[in-house]
Amino acid sequence: MTMQSKALKPEEYFIKDEPFYQSIGEEIEVFEAAYRQGLPILLKGPTGCGKTRFMEHMAWRLKRPLITVSCHDDLTSSDLVGRFLISGGETVWVDGPLARAVRNGAICYLDEVVEARKDTTVVIHPLADDRRVLPMEKVGELLEATPEFCLTISYNPGYQSVMKDLKQSTRQRFVALEFDYPDAQLEAEIIIKETGIEDKTAQQLVKFAHMTRDLKGSGLDEGASTRLLVHAAKLIVDGIKPVTACKTAITQAITDDSDMLIAINELSSSLF
Amino acid sequence: MSRQSLTEAQIIEFLDKCLEVEFSFVKNEIPAVDIVKQSRPHQDFILNLTQRVAATNIELAYQFAVHSKQALEEMDLLMVEAWAMSATDQYDKQGLYPAMSAIKNLDQFIHTAHVKACGAVFEEEASILLPFIQGLAGRKLKLAEAEQAYTDTETIFIPAITALFETKKENFLHYKVTVAYLWAQIQFGSFRVDLEILSNDPDKLNKFSVLENIRLEACLERELPGLYRDMQILKTLFHPEHEQDTENLLSIESIQALLHENAEAAHSLDIIENIKVDQWPEVYCYQGTIQIDQVATIFERRIEKEKAYFRVALSELANEQSNKQDDNPIEETDENSAFKLANKDEHTKQSGNIDLELDGELITPPEHVRELMTSIIVDFGEIPPEYLFAAGPGEYDLKKYQEEEINPNDVWKGTYHEEGAEIYNEWNFKRQYYHKNWCVLRELEIKPVYDDFVADTLNKHKGLLKSLRHTFEVLRGEDKLLKRQPYGDDIDIDALVDALADTKSGMEMSERVFTKMHKEDRNVAVIFMVDMSGSTRGWINEAERESLILLAEVLEILGDRYAIYGFSGMTRKRCELYKIKTFDENYDDEIKARISNIQPQDYTRMGVFIRHITKMFRDVEASTKLLITLSDGKPDDYDTYRGEYGVEDTRQALYEAHREGIHPFCITIDEKARDYLPHMYGAANYAVIDDIAKLPQKVSDIYRRITS
Repeated sequence: MTMQSKALKPEEYFIKDEPFYQSIGEEIEVFEAAYRQGLPILLKGPTGCGKTRFMEHMAWRLKRPLITVSCHDDLTSSDLVGRFLISGGETVWVDGPLARAVRNGAICYLDEVVEARKDTTVVIHPLADDRRVLPMEKVGELLEATPEFCLTISYNPGYQSVMKDLKQSTRQRFVALEFDYPDAQLEAEIIIKETGIEDKTAQQLVKFAHMTRDLKGSGLDEGASTRLLVHAAKLIVDGIKPVTACKTAITQAITDDSDMLIAINELSSSLF
Repeated sequence: MSRQSLTEAQIIEFLDKCLEVEFSFVKNEIPAVDIVKQSRPHQDFILNLTQRVAATNIELAYQFAVHSKQALEEMDLLMVEAWAMSATDQYDKQGLYPAMSAIKNLDQFIHTAHVKACGAVFEEEASILLPFIQGLAGRKLKLAEAEQAYTDTETIFIPAITALFETKKENFLHYKVTVAYLWAQIQFGSFRVDLEILSNDPDKLNKFSVLENIRLEACLERELPGLYRDMQILKTLFHPEHEQDTENLLSIESIQALLHENAEAAHSLDIIENIKVDQWPEVYCYQGTIQIDQVATIFERRIEKEKAYFRVALSELANEQSNKQDDNPIEETDENSAFKLANKDEHTKQSGNIDLELDGELITPPEHVRELMTSIIVDFGEIPPEYLFAAGPGEYDLKKYQEEEINPNDVWKGTYHEEGAEIYNEWNFKRQYYHKNWCVLRELEIKPVYDDFVADTLNKHKGLLKSLRHTFEVLRGEDKLLKRQPYGDDIDIDALVDALADTKSGMEMSERVFTKMHKEDRNVAVIFMVDMSGSTRGWINEAERESLILLAEVLEILGDRYAIYGFSGMTRKRCELYKIKTFDENYDDEIKARISNIQPQDYTRMGVFIRHITKMFRDVEASTKLLITLSDGKPDDYDTYRGEYGVEDTRQALYEAHREGIHPFCITIDEKARDYLPHMYGAANYAVIDDIAKLPQKVSDIYRRITS
């Protein structure tokens, strides 16, 4: 095995192998149509339900590089657009990820966009309407997007905090696709395809996830996501006992409350 | 060097004093004989505790002293203290007689203590068991305490304590399996039979329970295999000898049918008469009892209510649907729209994930309808066909089913009640212990009065307000451009020029050549607690209101989150907190009108309000939490809440607040406050204002000082 990992420029990140994605509705068709029409897309849904995987799948389908930016509360507009750096006593302009995506006709995916500061989200406005340009004030240029460029943002409406709401002026520029956890049968199939776990255990994991999702609002902020189920299934496939796998991969990930931890562990130990 | 033991005379002297012998006529010679034989530390311990109990009741303290010798022989010091304090708790709750028997019945206390040490206690485990049963599928169940374990199909009742087994772990397991078994009774339809048949026949009911256990165990083995294993552990621990009886039953063919996936409770009922065995097994420890009356009452009420709610919800869905289809204008059909159930297979049915179908259109029901459907399916095993017709206009009056709410404001009209009130402990410094569930606090509204007060105040303090605004604007969280940063948005030209010059002269080039925008975030949440006691009547009240108006004006500039509450009351049963502005409300005309109507009420019992506000703060996320009290004097209430008692309780409440990360501060106009405020708030956390007219200005000043 070679231990050398490969360094890529963001715009060279093409996805070559098909990422597994189980379609739930018409989201693939809608995304493709929006892409052809040059419309930006908003993905809504709880954490771990497959938004990022969907993006990888679409990037593969459309054969475009995928540039992902995970937004955080310190993200400034220069972090997206670009900034001057100093090199050998001279200032040099360096494109940010958004500018790179526009220049190269890539898919730019701003993950958890509400986490970014409000003034930062405004820079995407001209890109997200029919102008499709990125103003780069510091170099005094307007960067025009090619038809291949696509802007996608994601956000989780589950955080019911006023601070973390998406502004109307932002959200009304996007075609919105809603994501949710798949139904029980489909979710079990996804876990099986991802991990090769046996059918019965997959069903039980899904059942366990539903138990935690039922507790949302009565002590839990969020139930177990599909991603966590996949994690637990991977541990089980590798020989960890199901109860331990649920405890480490799911329960500890969704809560810190000690009584809640015990209660959920009791649920999983009842199930397996 | 150990101190000398007390002599009998010294002990009697001490007891005479603290038990007020000249009024109570107790015979202190009797306990003194025993106490004198103890070591000095034990003597001090007993005498100190006697004094603390005496703060509650003298006769109780005397009995404590008399029984102290036996207590010391049988328990350690911590337990003795717990025993004394449990007696004072009894006194608070039920009066002298039960408290006396708590002291006299030492053996009972020791027994319960032992049970508590290895048993599982409802109070401690409820916070685990409740999410546990709510996580299991089906209807959202409640959990409560009762003499016996049973369920009425909406609440699961379990005993306050269970100590059947030797260790705490096994006893918890007993609790867990019991609630899960009672859940299974509801979920797998033990009550979907005609319970009337069983109501007057205890023997038959018992046999029914045994058969149902066989059926439910099989269900649990399929659904929750881990829990099934736990059940087997309990069975072997508690009933090893009954296993054979169950085995015998299981060899009967008609009973084997109960193990089948589709077996129903009706089958258990049908076969009871035909089974002939020598010995029926006993009911297992986790099965609880079946309370037919309770189930029937709740069942009847719920069935009717849920049918009404469901059919009304369907008619709403039908209306929405017809509004959506433009080509199909709303026709007020006389005949009710009939729904169908989509995806009706067994699996989805269990989880309640059924879609509805109307005129060939699929409708995904909203969350509340889904919950109703789950609950109906739990009762009937399906949604009965007659439920699927949308309710006609006016067919049901849902108000009929709403539980009658008791208005907290009506407490002094008619019968006294504590509905909608919150209950808090109070600290008794003499007892060195809390009075449990002592104060009853209610949140009340203040009626807004729209008068000229606000305009007049703003006009009167025009000049002051202007300067206040100016000072507060400086404080406001503003962006600062940080220079000479190692990383940032832009290049700091000055720094770059310096850096290049350095390089030219052969020095190392500095990395700090960027500028960065730094956002200042004032993450402050503050609650103002305003004294509305009778003593503020007149210009103090006016000064308080003026201060609030000015303060609100400047807080709006700062952008700090703030809430304002007024407090007053009379005795522990009537502590009233007036909502003036909550965190969620905006400072608008209504809030101004409420401030304008702040009126002096009764007394000042402070501890309970501080505890309530501490609790409120738990839901507020802020890096700085401030509790500022505007007051005019010592804590003081109509009953014993005065002097040292009131001060000490307030101090304790403030200490509790502090422990939760709240910074208390007090602004007072009481000139004597320097005598007691440092003790309550600490040396630096209060301000005394000598001139009441200056209150508005000072309050804002102080706020600025303590938040910057």
